[in-house]
Amino acid sequence: MASIRLENITKKFKNTTAVNNISLMIADGEFFCILGPPGAGKTTLLRIIVGLEKPDEGSVIIGDDAVNEIHPSKRDISMIFQNLALYPDKTVFENIAFPLRQQKIEDEEIEKRVVEVAKHLKIDWLFEKIPSQLSGGERQRVAIGRAIVRQPKAYLMDEPLSNLDALLRLEMRVALKELQTNLKETFVYVTHDQVEALSMGDRIAVLNQGELQQVDDPATIYRMPNNMFVATILGNPPMNFLKCLLRRKNGTLQIEHAAFTLNSEDKKVFSLLKAGGSAAGVVLGFRPEDIKIHLSKPGTVSIPAEIYVTEPLGSETIVDIKLGDNVIKVLAPPDFVGEPGQSVWITANTHKLHLFDESSHECVFHATEKSAFTIEA
Amino acid sequence: MANIVLDKLVKRFGKQVAVNELSLEIKDREFVAILGPSGCGKTTTMNMISGLLKPDAGTVRFDGTVMNNIPPGKRGVGFMFQNYAVFTYLSVYDNIAFGLRIRKMETEQIDKEVQEVARLLQIRHLLSMPASNLSINDMQKVALARSMVEKPQIFLLDEPLSNLDAALRSVMRAELKKIQQELGQTTVYVTHDQVEAMSLADRIAVMNFAVLQQYDAPHNIYNRPKNLFVANFIGSPTINFFEGRYRGGEFNLKDFSAGKMSVSKENKKQVDDSIRGEDIVLGIRPEHLKVGSSRDGVSGLKAKIVSVEPLGSKTIVYMHPDGNPSAILKSSMDSDFKPKIGEMTSLIINEKNLYLFDKKSADLVMRFGS
Repeated sequence: MASIRLENITKKFKNTTAVNNISLMIADGEFFCILGPPGAGKTTLLRIIVGLEKPDEGSVIIGDDAVNEIHPSKRDISMIFQNLALYPDKTVFENIAFPLRQQKIEDEEIEKRVVEVAKHLKIDWLFEKIPSQLSGGERQRVAIGRAIVRQPKAYLMDEPLSNLDALLRLEMRVALKELQTNLKETFVYVTHDQVEALSMGDRIAVLNQGELQQVDDPATIYRMPNNMFVATILGNPPMNFLKCLLRRKNGTLQIEHAAFTLNSEDKKVFSLLKAGGSAAGVVLGFRPEDIKIHLSKPGTVSIPAEIYVTEPLGSETIVDIKLGDNVIKVLAPPDFVGEPGQSVWITANTHKLHLFDESSHECVFHATEKSAFTIEA
Repeated sequence: MANIVLDKLVKRFGKQVAVNELSLEIKDREFVAILGPSGCGKTTTMNMISGLLKPDAGTVRFDGTVMNNIPPGKRGVGFMFQNYAVFTYLSVYDNIAFGLRIRKMETEQIDKEVQEVARLLQIRHLLSMPASNLSINDMQKVALARSMVEKPQIFLLDEPLSNLDAALRSVMRAELKKIQQELGQTTVYVTHDQVEAMSLADRIAVMNFAVLQQYDAPHNIYNRPKNLFVANFIGSPTINFFEGRYRGGEFNLKDFSAGKMSVSKENKKQVDDSIRGEDIVLGIRPEHLKVGSSRDGVSGLKAKIVSVEPLGSKTIVYMHPDGNPSAILKSSMDSDFKPKIGEMTSLIINEKNLYLFDKKSADLVMRFGS
C-alpha cells in the first residue's frame, strides 16, 4: 500500500515530447485511471512509474521514497499487461503461487495467501484445474491473482482488458472494481476507453499529446470538462459543439447561431466580450442528453429544426438534427419515430450548456441553475 | 438499382463450413447489415456477393440474374473496406477521378461527377489538396467518394468505420446513413458492432457459426430476438438472463435465494401454451431492470450491488444475485441515482418487459407485453 506522486515529469524521445511536465498525486488505495487516445503519453507515464523508462526531468515518489534511481524490480510494484500468459501445465493454485515460490516463502504462508487471493477473485474452487480447462474469464482472474499475490505497494495496469470480447470485458471490469474495493490497494489503470475510465476510476486523469488536460472524479470530469478535448473524449455520442457569436444587444448578452439566439445576464459571460465590449467568437457545447425533441411546437420557447437522420439503438435513439449548417446529435427515447427532413422543435437544459474559447478550446463558462441561459423567442 | 438474392449459399474452407445454407433477400435501395462475432461467416458472405469468393453451393442473383460466374469487376458493385486505399501521392481530386479516367470518361464529364460527389460528402474544399495531408476522417470520405463516383448499383462496405476513433465514428455513421438515403444504392454493410448495425440498417442479418440466426428490422431484432444468441448479442450493456424452471404459474429462478416469481393471471394461459419444457430462461434488458424501492413491480428477488458505472448520461449498476455471487446483473438507472456498494437491494421487474426462452432449444417462446 502506497501513494504515488509524480513531480514535473518530462520525457522526450528524440524530438517528440511524450510526457510534458506532468505532476500528479495518486492517493493510497485509490483506483486511478489515465485516459487518452493513442500517443497521448499514458503508457510512457506508466512505464516511468514502474521504472522501465527514466524521466528526463522530474521525480517519481512512491510512498515516502523518491525512486528515480531504483531498479524496477526493487520498486515493489506489480504490472499487469494486455497479454496475460499462464503456465499451461501448472494448476491454478501453482500458477498463482509461482511468484511466492520464487521468493522461497514457506508452504504454509503460500497456501494462506493463495487461498485469500483466490477467494477475492472467486476462483478458489478451481485450484486443481489447468488453464486449458478454464473459461476466458477464469483465466484472466488467475492471471490477475498471480499479479496480486505478491502484495506489492501498487498495481499498474496497461489496457488489461482490450483483447477480450465485449462480454468478458464487462465481466472483468466489474471483477476488477470489486477486487480493488475489497483490497483497498492503489490501482493505476491506463486506458483509451472512456467507459472503462468512467466506470472504474475514483479519479480520471485525461492526457493528450503528452499534456495533462484534467484530473477529477468521473462525475465532475463529465459535467465540467476543462476544454473541448476532455468534453469530446468522455461521453458517447460526444458533446455537440456549435460556433456562435457572443455580443451585447439591448442591454443583454446574446449568443447567436444561424438557427437560434440564447440570452444571458451572467457577469462572467459579460467578461468574455472582447475589449471595449465588442463581439467575440465562442463555441457553445452541450451533451446529446441535454436536448429534448418535440414533434409539435411545445408551449415553452423552442428552436425550430429539422431531422437529418435517425439512429435507433434499441435502448435509445440517436437523432441527428440539422441546425442551420450544422448537425447535432440528440438522445431520444427508444420509441422515437421521425423521418429525415421532418420539422421538429428542440428545447435544452439551459443550465447544462458550456462556452469554450474559439481559439484555445478552453472552457470559459459552465452554466449552472443560477446562470442558465434563456432561448430567445 | 438492384435487388440481391442469396439462395442457400454454402462456402467451405477445407473441413470448416464458413457459410451454411444462407438465404437472404435484399431489396432494391435497402440498407442491410450483416452482423456477427468474428468467424461467423459475415465477410465470407460479403465476398460471395462481390465475387471475390465462389460459393460451393447455392446462387447469388442480382435482379434475378445469376452472378455466380460473373467476375467481380463486371458485377457493378462498389467496395469500401476497413483499410481504405487512397493514393497519398495524388490530390483528392485525382483520387476520386482515378477510376473514371481508367474507364476513359471525357474530362468534362469526369469533372461533373467528381464535383457532385464531393459536394455530397462535403469535401469540395479539399479537392486540390494532396491526399497525404488529410485527416483520417477526410481520408475515409475520399475513399467513400472514390467508390461512390463509380455509381455502382450495389455498395458493399466491410467494417468501414472501425479504424476511426469513437467521436469520428459517430459522425461518419450519420453521414453514411444520410448519403445512402439520398443516393438509394442497395447497400450491404458487414460489422461486428451491434451499434452500427442497429443505427444504420433497414434490416439486420445476425449470423453465428456460419448460420443465419435472424433477419429483421432493428426494432424487432432488439425487442423480439429469435433466440438467446441474438438477445445477448444486441444491446449494451447486454440483456440479463435468469435461468430456472416454470411450473404451475410460477417461475423458480435458480440464482436467487427466494427465486419464486408468479405469473399474472392475464398472462398465465399464454405462458402455459408457449412453454416447451420446464427449463426456461427469462430475459430482461438492463433499462427495464430497476433497483431500489417502488410500489409496483417489486419482484421479491434480491441482489447485492457490487459496482457502479457513472457513464454521465446514465448510470449502470452491477449486482450479484443473492444466490449466486459469480453471476452479474445489470441495471441501467438515471444518472442522478446514487447506489451504495455492498448494499442488498430489491429488483423491480415489470412483467411486460420479460422475454421467455426455452432453455433446451434457446428459442424465444414468448414476449410478455406484446
